[in-house]
Amino acid sequence: MVSPEIENIRFDLRIISAEIPDDSRVLDLGCGNGDLLAWLVANKGVQGTGIEQDRERAIHCIGRGLSVLQGDLNEEVRDYPDYYFDYVILSQTLQQVFEPEDLLHSLARIGRKVIVSFPNFSHYSNRLQLFFKGTAPKNDHMPYSWYDSPNIRVITIKDFRKFSRDVGYNITKEIFINTNPANNDGHVIHNFTNLRATYGIYIIEKERP
Amino acid sequence: MSSMETSVGIVEKQFFTFAEAPNKIVLESGAELGPVTIAYETYGILNDQKDNAILIAHAFSGDSHVAGHYATDKKDDKPGWWDFLVGPEKGIDTNKYFVICPNILGSCKGSTGPSSINPETDEPYGLNFPMMTIGDIVVTQKMLIDHLGIKRLRAVVGGSVGGMQILEWCVRYPNMVQAALPIATTMRHSALAIAFNEIARQSIISDPNWNKGDYYNSQPPNLGLAVARMVGHVTYLSDAAMRRKFGRKLQDKKSFSYGFDGDFQVESYLRYQGEKFVNRFDANSLLYITKAADYFDVVDLMKTPALETKPADNKIKYLVVSFSSDWLYPTYQAKELVQALKYKGEDVSFCEIEADCGHDAFLIPDDRFISLIRGFINGIS
Repeated sequence: MVSPEIENIRFDLRIISAEIPDDSRVLDLGCGNGDLLAWLVANKGVQGTGIEQDRERAIHCIGRGLSVLQGDLNEEVRDYPDYYFDYVILSQTLQQVFEPEDLLHSLARIGRKVIVSFPNFSHYSNRLQLFFKGTAPKNDHMPYSWYDSPNIRVITIKDFRKFSRDVGYNITKEIFINTNPANNDGHVIHNFTNLRATYGIYIIEKERP
Repeated sequence: MSSMETSVGIVEKQFFTFAEAPNKIVLESGAELGPVTIAYETYGILNDQKDNAILIAHAFSGDSHVAGHYATDKKDDKPGWWDFLVGPEKGIDTNKYFVICPNILGSCKGSTGPSSINPETDEPYGLNFPMMTIGDIVVTQKMLIDHLGIKRLRAVVGGSVGGMQILEWCVRYPNMVQAALPIATTMRHSALAIAFNEIARQSIISDPNWNKGDYYNSQPPNLGLAVARMVGHVTYLSDAAMRRKFGRKLQDKKSFSYGFDGDFQVESYLRYQGEKFVNRFDANSLLYITKAADYFDVVDLMKTPALETKPADNKIKYLVVSFSSDWLYPTYQAKELVQALKYKGEDVSFCEIEADCGHDAFLIPDDRFISLIRGFINGIS
């Protein structure tokens, strides 16, 4: 299998890849062209599976030797046994899910750990746009208008933290990043994260009694 | 499409005979059968490690002639049925892989079936041919593979009833299969599929020439067989494909004849398909093979975890493919298979290919289909 160079992988996926231990079993939801999975399989020996709605992308992934199911992620995650995966990755998709609570519940059932990343809607540029221009935020990270945006859920870092606590997930790690949408670069943010991070990455697990 | 450079060229049908009395094989029904001949074709070269073999299983009315031409072919004769997929540098690359396609037991294309001579009577078997199952078909294929000295197949690939054979390979001989590609197939027939098969069978059985299967020295039940094919053919198409191809167009006329001669193009097309079929297929073979397909059911086996715990690197790699307009084995049935495999913890990929030509789509050249198969097979390690 041809693995991409790590520099060519989207920054948030690079951060996620660093969190995956060698030889683990990984499910990547919305795996796109399969770059992250291919890298994990080649460099960390993971047993990887992807789910991708888009037929062409799914064919591309299968064609590069990855195990990928073409289908709707909300449905596909139902069929696995409990804790079948060590890690389930949901990157930059949560904000597009119709029933995020149900989905996360399924993910925490089939995966020991769930890695979720999402665009932080409380980034200061969004706040400024809303405050000064009075328009729905539209920028390089979220280049959509209110009428064509696939992002139907407005999530902030603060919201997700509260949600996890309320629903009963342990947050085992949180990473905040600022990315450059024009290339694959970015950096980790440590202070004033809810204001400065463009993306939040969370590793959560179900609280066990 | 099949220019000489990318064709396997001239191929030859070969035969393997085994299970001579008294070493007959015992079929799933308990009946004994022997000797058994399996006709097969091979393309490409088996490497020294004997680990580059791919078995292709054909659909119910197919044969071992996957690709290329016979030396006896005339100018207009078509190449094998998967010539667009199998050949040098094609989706299944015969420069890399050794491809084997056996004709199935019960067929009439060189392997032992109801039209073969029963050595005990020196007459064709007819209905004395024992009822065989998809499992029996696969057992005889395995004997051929053993005979060729192959311990493990790189991949097993098949569409429709061929796909059923692939699933049967996986449940019977999991350690001999590295990767499996069940295409446009199902774990078991729906009532709808059985219903169409039954109409086809009744059409043959109600032809007076069928004569309880004993017609090899007289007029065969050609009318019944032709109607059976017409029914089958409709199930291989789709509403969209038929609308596109025929609509309500009339055949060689401008207005209705107000009779039963056949006005619509679709009528004349089906009649032509029926007539063509009687020249190449045996009515009893149709009865036996459709029944074997109706009996086929691996739902429980697919859902039960394998008895032998296999090391992870010995797992079968599956690619399940369905076609969006296939109403004989619709995508939901492929998804049930995927679901069962996921639940068992198998390594499975799935893709539904968007195509409007119905069940037959797997026999029609399509770049996405070809690149999917090519990529998956080359990715087996």
